[in-house]
Amino acid sequence: MISTIRIWLADKLPAWIFLALLLSIWQWIVQQQWVASYLLASPLQIFHTTLELWTDIWAATLSTAQSIIWGLGMSLAIGVTSALLFFSIPIARRAIMPFCIFFQTVPIIAIAPLLVIWFGYGQPTVKASAFIVSLFPILANTLTGLQETDPHLKELFRLYKPSPWQLIFKLQIPSAIPYIITGIKISAGLAVVGAIVGEFIAGGGLGSLIDAARTQQRVDLVFSGVLMSSGLALLLVSTINLIAHLLFRGRPYLRKQ
Amino acid sequence: MPSIEVQKLGKSFSSNARAVLSELSFIVDDDECLCLLGPSGCGKTTVLRLLMGLEQPSSGSIHVAPALASKMSYVFQEPRLVPWRTCLENVLLPLELTGQNNSSARDRALDLLQQLGLNNHLQNFPDELSGGMQMRVALARALITQPRIILLDEPFAALDERTRFRMQDLLLELKERLHVQYVFVTHSISEAVYLGDRILLLDNAGHINDDRSIPFIERNQSLKLTPAFNAVVQEYSKLFSDMEDNMIETGASQAQR
Repeated sequence: MISTIRIWLADKLPAWIFLALLLSIWQWIVQQQWVASYLLASPLQIFHTTLELWTDIWAATLSTAQSIIWGLGMSLAIGVTSALLFFSIPIARRAIMPFCIFFQTVPIIAIAPLLVIWFGYGQPTVKASAFIVSLFPILANTLTGLQETDPHLKELFRLYKPSPWQLIFKLQIPSAIPYIITGIKISAGLAVVGAIVGEFIAGGGLGSLIDAARTQQRVDLVFSGVLMSSGLALLLVSTINLIAHLLFRGRPYLRKQ
Repeated sequence: MPSIEVQKLGKSFSSNARAVLSELSFIVDDDECLCLLGPSGCGKTTVLRLLMGLEQPSSGSIHVAPALASKMSYVFQEPRLVPWRTCLENVLLPLELTGQNNSSARDRALDLLQQLGLNNHLQNFPDELSGGMQMRVALARALITQPRIILLDEPFAALDERTRFRMQDLLLELKERLHVQYVFVTHSISEAVYLGDRILLLDNAGHINDDRSIPFIERNQSLKLTPAFNAVVQEYSKLFSDMEDNMIETGASQAQR
Protein backbone atom coordinates (compact mmCIF):
# COMPACT_ATOMS: atom_id res chain seq x y z
CA MET A 1 0.00 0.00 0.00
CA ILE A 2 2.72 2.44 1.08
CA SER A 3 4.82 1.57 -1.95
CA THR A 4 1.76 2.13 -4.23
CA ILE A 5 1.28 5.59 -2.69
CA ARG A 6 5.00 6.27 -3.10
CA ILE A 7 4.89 5.26 -6.80
CA TRP A 8 1.77 7.37 -7.32
CA LEU A 9 3.39 10.36 -5.65
CA ALA A 10 6.60 9.93 -7.64
CA ASP A 11 4.52 9.86 -10.81
CA LYS A 12 2.04 12.67 -10.13
CA LEU A 13 3.72 14.95 -7.61
CA PRO A 14 6.11 16.72 -10.04
CA ALA A 15 3.16 17.85 -12.20
CA TRP A 16 1.21 19.14 -9.17
CA ILE A 17 4.26 20.99 -7.85
CA PHE A 18 4.85 22.52 -11.27
CA LEU A 19 1.18 23.60 -11.47
CA ALA A 20 1.33 25.19 -8.00
CA LEU A 21 4.52 27.01 -8.98
CA LEU A 22 3.01 28.22 -12.24
CA LEU A 23 -0.15 29.50 -10.54
CA SER A 24 1.89 31.24 -7.84
CA ILE A 25 4.07 33.01 -10.42
CA TRP A 26 0.99 33.92 -12.44
CA GLN A 27 -0.76 35.32 -9.34
CA TRP A 28 2.35 37.25 -8.35
CA ILE A 29 2.86 38.76 -11.84
CA VAL A 30 -0.77 39.99 -11.94
CA GLN A 31 -0.61 41.30 -8.35
CA GLN A 32 2.55 43.27 -9.19
CA GLN A 33 0.52 44.77 -12.09
CA TRP A 34 3.21 43.87 -14.57
CA VAL A 35 0.41 42.92 -16.97
CA ALA A 36 -2.78 44.97 -17.32
CA SER A 37 -5.76 43.31 -15.61
CA TYR A 38 -7.86 43.56 -18.79
CA LEU A 39 -5.25 41.34 -20.50
CA LEU A 40 -4.64 38.74 -17.81
CA ALA A 41 -6.80 37.87 -14.80
CA SER A 42 -5.16 36.33 -11.75
CA PRO A 43 -5.92 32.70 -10.83
CA LEU A 44 -7.67 33.85 -7.63
CA GLN A 45 -9.80 36.30 -9.58
CA ILE A 46 -10.75 33.54 -12.05
CA PHE A 47 -11.68 31.32 -9.11
CA HIS A 48 -13.85 34.04 -7.52
CA THR A 49 -15.59 34.80 -10.82
CA THR A 50 -16.29 31.12 -11.36
CA LEU A 51 -17.87 30.87 -7.89
CA GLU A 52 -19.81 34.08 -8.35
CA LEU A 53 -21.27 33.15 -11.74
CA TRP A 54 -21.41 29.42 -11.06
CA THR A 55 -25.12 29.05 -11.96
CA ASP A 56 -24.61 30.54 -15.45
CA ILE A 57 -21.30 28.76 -16.03
CA TRP A 58 -22.73 25.41 -14.94
CA ALA A 59 -25.80 25.82 -17.20
CA ALA A 60 -23.51 26.68 -20.12
CA THR A 61 -21.25 23.72 -19.33
CA LEU A 62 -24.22 21.35 -19.23
CA SER A 63 -25.51 22.65 -22.57
CA THR A 64 -22.06 22.20 -24.18
CA ALA A 65 -21.69 18.75 -22.61
CA GLN A 66 -25.06 17.68 -24.06
CA SER A 67 -24.02 18.77 -27.55
CA ILE A 68 -20.64 17.04 -27.22
CA ILE A 69 -22.14 13.75 -26.03
CA TRP A 70 -24.76 13.85 -28.77
CA GLY A 71 -22.18 14.66 -31.47
CA LEU A 72 -19.71 12.07 -30.22
CA GLY A 73 -22.42 9.42 -29.83
CA MET A 74 -23.60 9.97 -33.41
CA SER A 75 -19.99 9.88 -34.63
CA LEU A 76 -19.45 6.60 -32.84
CA ALA A 77 -22.60 5.01 -34.26
CA ILE A 78 -22.20 6.34 -37.80
CA GLY A 79 -18.39 6.11 -37.85
CA VAL A 80 -18.22 2.45 -36.81
CA THR A 81 -21.16 1.46 -39.05
CA SER A 82 -19.65 3.28 -42.05
CA ALA A 83 -16.25 1.71 -41.41
CA LEU A 84 -17.85 -1.75 -41.34
CA LEU A 85 -19.70 -0.94 -44.54
CA PHE A 86 -16.57 0.40 -46.27
CA PHE A 87 -14.61 -2.62 -45.10
CA SER A 88 -17.20 -5.12 -46.32
CA ILE A 89 -17.92 -3.32 -49.63
CA PRO A 90 -14.56 -2.14 -51.03
CA ILE A 91 -16.21 -0.32 -53.94
CA ALA A 92 -18.18 1.79 -51.43
CA ARG A 93 -14.90 2.63 -49.71
CA ARG A 94 -13.26 3.62 -52.98
CA ALA A 95 -16.29 5.73 -53.98
CA ILE A 96 -16.97 7.52 -50.71
CA MET A 97 -13.74 7.61 -48.68
CA PRO A 98 -12.00 10.29 -50.83
CA PHE A 99 -14.94 12.64 -50.15
CA CYS A 100 -14.77 11.87 -46.44
CA ILE A 101 -11.08 12.86 -46.49
CA PHE A 102 -11.90 16.01 -48.49
CA PHE A 103 -14.72 16.87 -46.06
CA GLN A 104 -12.30 16.44 -43.18
CA THR A 105 -9.94 19.05 -44.64
CA VAL A 106 -12.61 21.81 -44.68
CA PRO A 107 -12.25 23.85 -41.46
CA ILE A 108 -15.30 23.60 -39.20
CA ILE A 109 -15.28 27.39 -38.71
CA ALA A 110 -15.91 27.73 -42.47
CA ILE A 111 -18.84 25.31 -42.43
CA ALA A 112 -20.41 26.62 -39.21
CA PRO A 113 -22.31 29.51 -40.89
CA LEU A 114 -23.81 27.00 -43.33
CA LEU A 115 -24.91 24.85 -40.41
CA VAL A 116 -26.69 27.86 -38.87
CA ILE A 117 -28.53 28.38 -42.17
CA TRP A 118 -29.55 24.71 -42.25
CA PHE A 119 -30.25 23.99 -38.58
CA GLY A 120 -30.91 27.44 -37.10
CA TYR A 121 -29.43 29.03 -33.99
CA GLY A 122 -28.79 26.99 -30.84
CA GLN A 123 -28.10 23.39 -30.01
CA PRO A 124 -28.95 21.64 -33.32
CA THR A 125 -26.13 23.49 -35.09
CA VAL A 126 -23.75 22.91 -32.17
CA LYS A 127 -24.53 19.19 -32.17
CA ALA A 128 -24.02 19.02 -35.93
CA SER A 129 -20.70 20.85 -35.58
CA ALA A 130 -19.50 18.47 -32.83
CA PHE A 131 -20.61 15.51 -34.95
CA ILE A 132 -18.88 16.67 -38.15
CA VAL A 133 -15.46 17.20 -36.56
CA SER A 134 -15.54 14.01 -34.51
CA LEU A 135 -16.76 11.63 -37.20
CA PHE A 136 -13.61 11.12 -39.26
CA PRO A 137 -11.12 9.90 -36.61
CA ILE A 138 -13.54 7.19 -35.47
CA LEU A 139 -14.30 6.15 -39.04
CA ALA A 140 -10.67 6.17 -40.18
CA ASN A 141 -9.37 4.41 -37.06
CA THR A 142 -12.05 1.72 -37.13
CA LEU A 143 -11.40 1.10 -40.82
CA THR A 144 -7.65 0.84 -40.20
CA GLY A 145 -8.27 -1.54 -37.29
CA LEU A 146 -10.46 -3.77 -39.44
CA GLN A 147 -7.93 -3.77 -42.25
CA GLU A 148 -5.00 -4.48 -39.95
CA THR A 149 -6.39 -7.76 -38.63
CA ASP A 150 -3.49 -10.16 -38.14
CA PRO A 151 -3.27 -12.23 -41.37
CA HIS A 152 -2.07 -15.22 -39.32
CA LEU A 153 -5.26 -15.16 -37.28
CA LYS A 154 -7.31 -14.78 -40.48
CA GLU A 155 -5.63 -17.92 -41.77
CA LEU A 156 -6.37 -19.72 -38.50
CA PHE A 157 -10.05 -18.81 -38.83
CA ARG A 158 -10.04 -19.97 -42.47
CA LEU A 159 -9.29 -23.50 -41.24
CA TYR A 160 -12.77 -23.63 -39.72
CA LYS A 161 -14.59 -22.06 -42.69
CA PRO A 162 -16.31 -19.25 -40.77
CA SER A 163 -19.27 -17.27 -42.11
CA PRO A 164 -18.57 -13.62 -43.04
CA TRP A 165 -20.47 -12.57 -39.88
CA GLN A 166 -18.37 -14.83 -37.67
CA LEU A 167 -15.24 -13.41 -39.24
CA ILE A 168 -16.39 -9.84 -38.57
CA PHE A 169 -17.74 -10.34 -35.04
CA LYS A 170 -15.28 -12.90 -33.70
CA LEU A 171 -12.11 -11.67 -35.36
CA GLN A 172 -12.16 -8.35 -37.15
CA ILE A 173 -14.13 -6.21 -34.68
CA PRO A 174 -12.23 -7.53 -31.61
CA SER A 175 -8.97 -6.87 -33.49
CA ALA A 176 -10.11 -3.31 -34.21
CA ILE A 177 -11.08 -2.48 -30.60
CA PRO A 178 -7.79 -0.75 -29.66
CA TYR A 179 -8.06 1.36 -32.84
CA ILE A 180 -11.73 2.21 -32.17
CA ILE A 181 -10.93 3.33 -28.61
CA THR A 182 -8.03 5.49 -29.83
CA GLY A 183 -10.38 6.96 -32.47
CA ILE A 184 -13.00 7.77 -29.81
CA LYS A 185 -10.40 9.49 -27.62
CA ILE A 186 -9.16 11.64 -30.53
CA SER A 187 -12.76 12.40 -31.49
CA ALA A 188 -13.69 13.33 -27.91
CA GLY A 189 -11.15 16.18 -27.94
CA LEU A 190 -12.31 17.28 -31.38
CA ALA A 191 -16.00 17.13 -30.38
CA VAL A 192 -15.26 19.70 -27.64
CA VAL A 193 -13.59 21.96 -30.22
CA GLY A 194 -16.50 21.43 -32.66
CA ALA A 195 -19.10 22.26 -30.01
CA ILE A 196 -17.32 25.43 -28.83
CA VAL A 197 -16.81 26.64 -32.43
CA GLY A 198 -20.48 25.84 -33.17
CA GLU A 199 -21.53 27.83 -30.10
CA PHE A 200 -19.42 30.84 -31.19
CA ILE A 201 -21.57 31.02 -34.32
CA ALA A 202 -24.91 29.53 -33.24
CA GLY A 203 -24.98 30.67 -29.60
CA GLY A 204 -25.54 28.88 -26.31
CA GLY A 205 -23.19 26.94 -24.05
CA LEU A 206 -19.61 27.72 -23.08
CA GLY A 207 -18.71 29.01 -26.57
CA SER A 208 -21.33 31.72 -26.32
CA LEU A 209 -20.30 32.49 -22.73
CA ILE A 210 -16.65 32.91 -23.75
CA ASP A 211 -17.65 35.05 -26.75
CA ALA A 212 -19.91 37.28 -24.62
CA ALA A 213 -17.16 37.64 -21.98
CA ARG A 214 -14.73 38.63 -24.72
CA THR A 215 -17.02 41.43 -25.96
CA GLN A 216 -17.29 42.70 -22.36
CA GLN A 217 -13.50 42.40 -21.89
CA ARG A 218 -14.12 40.02 -18.95
CA VAL A 219 -10.83 38.11 -19.21
CA ASP A 220 -11.57 36.33 -15.91
CA LEU A 221 -14.82 34.93 -17.34
CA VAL A 222 -13.08 33.95 -20.60
CA PHE A 223 -10.58 31.96 -18.52
CA SER A 224 -13.45 30.39 -16.56
CA GLY A 225 -15.09 29.23 -19.79
CA VAL A 226 -11.79 27.93 -21.16
CA LEU A 227 -11.07 25.98 -17.97
CA MET A 228 -14.56 24.48 -17.96
CA SER A 229 -14.22 23.33 -21.59
CA SER A 230 -10.81 21.79 -20.88
CA GLY A 231 -12.33 20.12 -17.82
CA LEU A 232 -15.10 18.74 -20.03
CA ALA A 233 -12.56 17.26 -22.47
CA LEU A 234 -10.57 15.69 -19.61
CA LEU A 235 -13.72 14.29 -18.00
CA LEU A 236 -14.82 12.88 -21.34
CA VAL A 237 -11.49 11.10 -22.01
CA SER A 238 -11.42 9.73 -18.43
CA THR A 239 -15.00 8.46 -18.83
CA ILE A 240 -14.08 6.77 -22.11
CA ASN A 241 -11.10 5.10 -20.39
CA LEU A 242 -13.34 3.94 -17.54
CA ILE A 243 -16.04 2.57 -19.89
CA ALA A 244 -13.39 0.78 -21.99
CA HIS A 245 -11.94 -0.69 -18.80
CA LEU A 246 -15.35 -1.85 -17.53
CA LEU A 247 -16.45 -3.20 -20.91
CA PHE A 248 -13.34 -5.22 -21.58
CA ARG A 249 -12.69 -6.12 -17.92
CA GLY A 250 -9.26 -7.68 -18.03
CA ARG A 251 -9.52 -8.80 -21.69
CA PRO A 252 -6.17 -8.06 -23.29
CA TYR A 253 -7.65 -6.06 -26.20
CA LEU A 254 -5.80 -3.01 -24.99
CA ARG A 255 -2.66 -4.81 -23.85
CA LYS A 256 0.25 -5.00 -26.24
CA GLN A 257 0.80 -8.62 -27.22
CA MET B 1 -6.25 -47.91 -48.48
CA PRO B 2 -3.93 -44.92 -47.91
CA SER B 3 -5.18 -42.02 -45.82
CA ILE B 4 -3.67 -39.47 -48.19
CA GLU B 5 -2.43 -39.97 -51.74
CA VAL B 6 -0.43 -37.22 -53.39
CA GLN B 7 0.28 -37.47 -57.11
CA LYS B 8 2.65 -35.33 -59.17
CA LEU B 9 2.03 -32.35 -56.95
CA GLY B 10 3.44 -29.06 -58.19
CA LYS B 11 3.31 -25.58 -56.75
CA SER B 12 4.61 -22.23 -57.97
CA PHE B 13 3.60 -18.99 -56.32
CA SER B 14 3.64 -16.96 -59.54
CA SER B 15 3.78 -17.91 -63.21
CA ASN B 16 7.46 -17.01 -63.71
CA ALA B 17 8.75 -18.02 -60.27
CA ARG B 18 10.75 -21.19 -59.64
CA ALA B 19 8.48 -24.09 -58.70
CA VAL B 20 8.53 -24.74 -54.95
CA LEU B 21 7.36 -28.29 -55.58
CA SER B 22 7.33 -30.31 -58.77
CA GLU B 23 6.04 -33.80 -59.50
CA LEU B 24 5.92 -34.73 -55.82
CA SER B 25 4.20 -38.06 -55.19
CA PHE B 26 3.79 -39.95 -51.93
CA ILE B 27 1.22 -41.65 -49.81
CA VAL B 28 0.38 -41.58 -46.13
CA ASP B 29 -0.72 -45.05 -45.14
CA ASP B 30 -3.63 -45.81 -42.87
CA ASP B 31 -2.64 -45.21 -39.21
CA GLU B 32 0.84 -44.14 -40.24
CA CYS B 33 2.68 -41.15 -38.77
CA LEU B 34 4.80 -39.53 -41.43
CA CYS B 35 7.58 -37.00 -40.97
CA LEU B 36 8.57 -34.61 -43.74
CA LEU B 37 12.23 -33.75 -43.26
CA GLY B 38 14.22 -31.28 -45.29
CA PRO B 39 16.32 -28.13 -45.24
CA SER B 40 14.74 -24.71 -44.82
CA GLY B 41 12.98 -23.54 -47.96
CA CYS B 42 12.53 -26.99 -49.49
CA GLY B 43 8.74 -26.69 -49.52
CA LYS B 44 7.82 -28.82 -46.49
CA THR B 45 5.38 -26.24 -45.16
CA THR B 46 3.91 -25.79 -48.63
CA VAL B 47 3.20 -29.53 -48.82
CA LEU B 48 1.39 -29.36 -45.51
CA ARG B 49 -0.58 -26.25 -46.50
CA LEU B 50 -1.59 -27.94 -49.75
CA LEU B 51 -2.76 -31.01 -47.83
CA MET B 52 -4.88 -28.80 -45.56
CA GLY B 53 -6.29 -26.79 -48.48
CA LEU B 54 -4.67 -23.53 -47.35
CA GLU B 55 -3.00 -23.37 -50.79
CA GLN B 56 -4.17 -24.65 -54.14
CA PRO B 57 -1.81 -26.88 -56.16
CA SER B 58 -0.49 -25.60 -59.50
CA SER B 59 -0.52 -29.15 -60.82
CA GLY B 60 -1.12 -32.70 -59.63
CA SER B 61 -3.67 -33.96 -57.17
CA ILE B 62 -4.22 -34.73 -53.50
CA HIS B 63 -6.65 -37.44 -52.57
CA VAL B 64 -7.73 -37.77 -48.95
CA ALA B 65 -9.74 -40.84 -47.92
CA PRO B 66 -13.40 -39.70 -47.78
CA ALA B 67 -13.80 -40.78 -44.16
CA LEU B 68 -10.87 -38.53 -43.20
CA ALA B 69 -11.48 -35.50 -45.41
CA SER B 70 -13.41 -33.61 -42.73
CA LYS B 71 -11.33 -35.05 -39.91
CA MET B 72 -8.11 -33.17 -40.53
CA SER B 73 -6.61 -30.66 -38.19
CA TYR B 74 -3.65 -28.30 -38.45
CA VAL B 75 -1.06 -26.97 -36.03
CA PHE B 76 0.93 -23.95 -37.20
CA GLN B 77 4.60 -23.32 -36.56
CA GLU B 78 3.65 -20.77 -33.89
CA PRO B 79 0.74 -21.30 -31.46
CA ARG B 80 -1.44 -18.66 -33.15
CA LEU B 81 -3.72 -18.21 -30.19
CA VAL B 82 -6.34 -15.47 -30.30
CA PRO B 83 -4.92 -12.93 -27.81
CA TRP B 84 -8.24 -11.73 -26.37
CA ARG B 85 -9.60 -15.23 -25.74
CA THR B 86 -8.76 -17.27 -22.66
CA CYS B 87 -7.03 -20.61 -22.90
CA LEU B 88 -10.40 -22.44 -22.73
CA GLU B 89 -12.03 -20.08 -25.25
CA ASN B 90 -9.15 -20.61 -27.66
CA VAL B 91 -9.65 -24.35 -27.49
CA LEU B 92 -13.39 -23.96 -28.07
CA LEU B 93 -12.91 -21.63 -31.07
CA PRO B 94 -13.13 -24.32 -33.81
CA LEU B 95 -16.38 -25.64 -32.35
CA GLU B 96 -17.81 -22.14 -32.00
CA LEU B 97 -17.08 -21.44 -35.66
CA THR B 98 -18.57 -24.73 -36.80
CA GLY B 99 -21.66 -24.33 -34.60
CA GLN B 100 -20.86 -27.25 -32.28
CA ASN B 101 -20.20 -25.35 -29.11
CA ASN B 102 -22.39 -27.00 -26.50
CA SER B 103 -21.96 -28.31 -22.96
CA SER B 104 -20.47 -31.63 -24.11
CA ALA B 105 -17.94 -29.72 -26.22
CA ARG B 106 -17.00 -27.71 -23.14
CA ASP B 107 -16.58 -30.91 -21.12
CA ARG B 108 -14.39 -32.31 -23.89
CA ALA B 109 -12.27 -29.14 -23.92
CA LEU B 110 -11.87 -29.29 -20.14
CA ASP B 111 -10.89 -32.93 -20.38
CA LEU B 112 -8.34 -32.24 -23.11
CA LEU B 113 -6.84 -29.32 -21.22
CA GLN B 114 -6.56 -31.51 -18.15
CA GLN B 115 -4.80 -34.21 -20.18
CA LEU B 116 -2.40 -31.55 -21.43
CA GLY B 117 -1.76 -30.28 -17.89
CA LEU B 118 -3.44 -26.93 -18.40
CA ASN B 119 -6.37 -27.29 -15.99
CA ASN B 120 -4.96 -24.53 -13.78
CA HIS B 121 -4.75 -22.10 -16.67
CA LEU B 122 -8.23 -22.28 -18.17
CA GLN B 123 -8.95 -18.59 -17.67
CA ASN B 124 -5.46 -17.34 -18.52
CA PHE B 125 -4.88 -15.31 -21.66
CA PRO B 126 -2.15 -16.37 -24.11
CA ASP B 127 0.26 -13.65 -23.03
CA GLU B 128 0.12 -15.08 -19.51
CA LEU B 129 1.29 -18.52 -20.68
CA SER B 130 4.79 -19.79 -21.46
CA GLY B 131 5.73 -20.83 -25.02
CA GLY B 132 5.30 -24.52 -24.19
CA MET B 133 1.89 -23.93 -22.60
CA GLN B 134 0.77 -21.89 -25.60
CA MET B 135 1.77 -24.73 -27.90
CA ARG B 136 -0.17 -27.20 -25.73
CA VAL B 137 -3.24 -24.96 -26.06
CA ALA B 138 -2.72 -24.97 -29.85
CA LEU B 139 -2.52 -28.78 -29.73
CA ALA B 140 -5.72 -28.95 -27.67
CA ARG B 141 -7.42 -26.64 -30.19
CA ALA B 142 -6.35 -28.98 -33.00
CA LEU B 143 -7.64 -32.01 -31.07
CA ILE B 144 -11.00 -30.60 -29.96
CA THR B 145 -12.54 -31.33 -33.36
CA GLN B 146 -11.69 -35.03 -32.82
CA PRO B 147 -9.50 -35.27 -35.92
CA ARG B 148 -8.16 -38.51 -37.40
CA ILE B 149 -5.13 -36.79 -38.95
CA ILE B 150 -3.21 -33.81 -37.58
CA LEU B 151 -0.86 -31.86 -39.80
CA LEU B 152 1.89 -30.25 -37.72
CA ASP B 153 4.19 -27.62 -39.17
CA GLU B 154 7.41 -27.54 -37.09
CA PRO B 155 5.32 -26.87 -33.99
CA PHE B 156 8.13 -27.34 -31.48
CA ALA B 157 10.88 -25.50 -33.37
CA ALA B 158 10.73 -22.39 -31.19
CA LEU B 159 10.71 -24.25 -27.86
CA ASP B 160 13.68 -24.89 -25.61
CA GLU B 161 15.12 -28.41 -25.72
CA ARG B 162 13.50 -29.76 -22.53
CA THR B 163 10.06 -28.43 -23.47
CA ARG B 164 10.52 -29.77 -27.00
CA PHE B 165 11.24 -33.26 -25.68
CA ARG B 166 8.21 -33.09 -23.38
CA MET B 167 6.01 -31.97 -26.27
CA GLN B 168 7.32 -34.81 -28.48
CA ASP B 169 6.37 -37.35 -25.81
CA LEU B 170 3.02 -35.68 -25.34
CA LEU B 171 2.34 -36.00 -29.07
CA LEU B 172 3.24 -39.70 -29.03
CA GLU B 173 1.01 -40.20 -26.00
CA LEU B 174 -1.93 -38.40 -27.62
CA LYS B 175 -1.44 -40.43 -30.77
CA GLU B 176 -1.90 -43.64 -28.77
CA ARG B 177 -4.66 -42.38 -26.53
CA LEU B 178 -6.79 -40.58 -29.11
CA HIS B 179 -5.96 -42.83 -32.08
CA VAL B 180 -4.83 -40.01 -34.35
CA GLN B 181 -2.18 -40.13 -37.03
CA TYR B 182 -0.08 -37.18 -38.03
CA VAL B 183 2.03 -35.68 -40.76
CA PHE B 184 4.85 -33.83 -39.02
CA VAL B 185 7.09 -31.31 -40.74
CA THR B 186 10.49 -30.67 -39.22
CA HIS B 187 14.06 -29.80 -40.10
CA SER B 188 15.40 -31.62 -37.04
CA ILE B 189 16.70 -35.07 -37.96
CA SER B 190 16.44 -36.51 -34.46
CA GLU B 191 12.89 -35.20 -34.08
CA ALA B 192 11.87 -36.81 -37.37
CA VAL B 193 13.49 -40.13 -36.42
CA TYR B 194 11.85 -40.02 -32.99
CA LEU B 195 8.33 -39.11 -34.16
CA GLY B 196 8.02 -40.67 -37.60
CA ASP B 197 6.93 -44.18 -38.57
CA ARG B 198 8.33 -43.17 -41.93
CA ILE B 199 10.42 -40.24 -43.10
CA LEU B 200 10.25 -38.44 -46.43
CA LEU B 201 13.42 -36.51 -47.06
CA LEU B 202 12.78 -33.53 -49.35
CA ASP B 203 15.53 -31.69 -51.23
CA ASN B 204 15.60 -28.02 -52.13
CA ALA B 205 13.82 -28.62 -55.42
CA GLY B 206 10.87 -30.18 -53.63
CA HIS B 207 11.77 -33.73 -54.70
CA ILE B 208 11.75 -36.79 -52.48
CA ASN B 209 15.35 -37.72 -51.86
CA ASP B 210 14.70 -40.62 -49.56
CA ASP B 211 11.63 -42.50 -48.33
CA ARG B 212 11.94 -45.23 -45.75
CA SER B 213 10.38 -46.60 -42.59
CA ILE B 214 11.86 -46.10 -39.16
CA PRO B 215 12.44 -49.34 -37.28
CA PHE B 216 11.53 -48.21 -33.74
CA ILE B 217 8.27 -49.25 -32.12
CA GLU B 218 8.65 -48.35 -28.44
CA ARG B 219 9.54 -44.70 -28.10
CA ASN B 220 10.61 -42.68 -25.10
CA GLN B 221 13.36 -40.13 -24.54
CA SER B 222 15.86 -42.80 -23.47
CA LEU B 223 15.59 -44.22 -27.00
CA LYS B 224 17.55 -41.16 -28.12
CA LEU B 225 20.54 -42.41 -26.10
CA THR B 226 20.65 -45.81 -27.79
CA PRO B 227 23.26 -46.63 -30.47
CA ALA B 228 20.50 -47.83 -32.83
CA PHE B 229 18.73 -44.47 -32.69
CA ASN B 230 21.97 -42.57 -33.15
CA ALA B 231 22.92 -44.78 -36.08
CA VAL B 232 19.69 -43.86 -37.88
CA VAL B 233 20.22 -40.17 -37.08
CA GLN B 234 23.81 -40.42 -38.41
CA GLU B 235 22.54 -42.08 -41.57
CA TYR B 236 20.10 -39.25 -42.15
CA SER B 237 22.74 -36.65 -41.34
CA LYS B 238 24.91 -38.17 -44.10
CA LEU B 239 21.98 -38.23 -46.53
CA PHE B 240 21.25 -34.64 -45.61
CA SER B 241 24.81 -33.42 -46.21
CA ASP B 242 25.15 -35.44 -49.47
CA MET B 243 21.92 -33.87 -50.64
CA GLU B 244 23.18 -30.39 -49.77
CA ASP B 245 26.54 -31.05 -51.55
CA ASN B 246 24.63 -32.15 -54.66
CA MET B 247 22.52 -29.05 -54.51
CA ILE B 248 25.61 -26.80 -54.26
CA GLU B 249 27.19 -28.62 -57.27
CA THR B 250 23.97 -28.37 -59.30
CA GLY B 251 23.66 -24.70 -58.38
CA ALA B 252 27.29 -24.02 -59.39
CA SER B 253 26.98 -25.82 -62.76
CA GLN B 254 23.75 -23.97 -63.52
CA ALA B 255 25.45 -20.69 -62.70
CA GLN B 256 28.37 -21.54 -65.06
CA ARG B 257 25.93 -22.25 -67.88
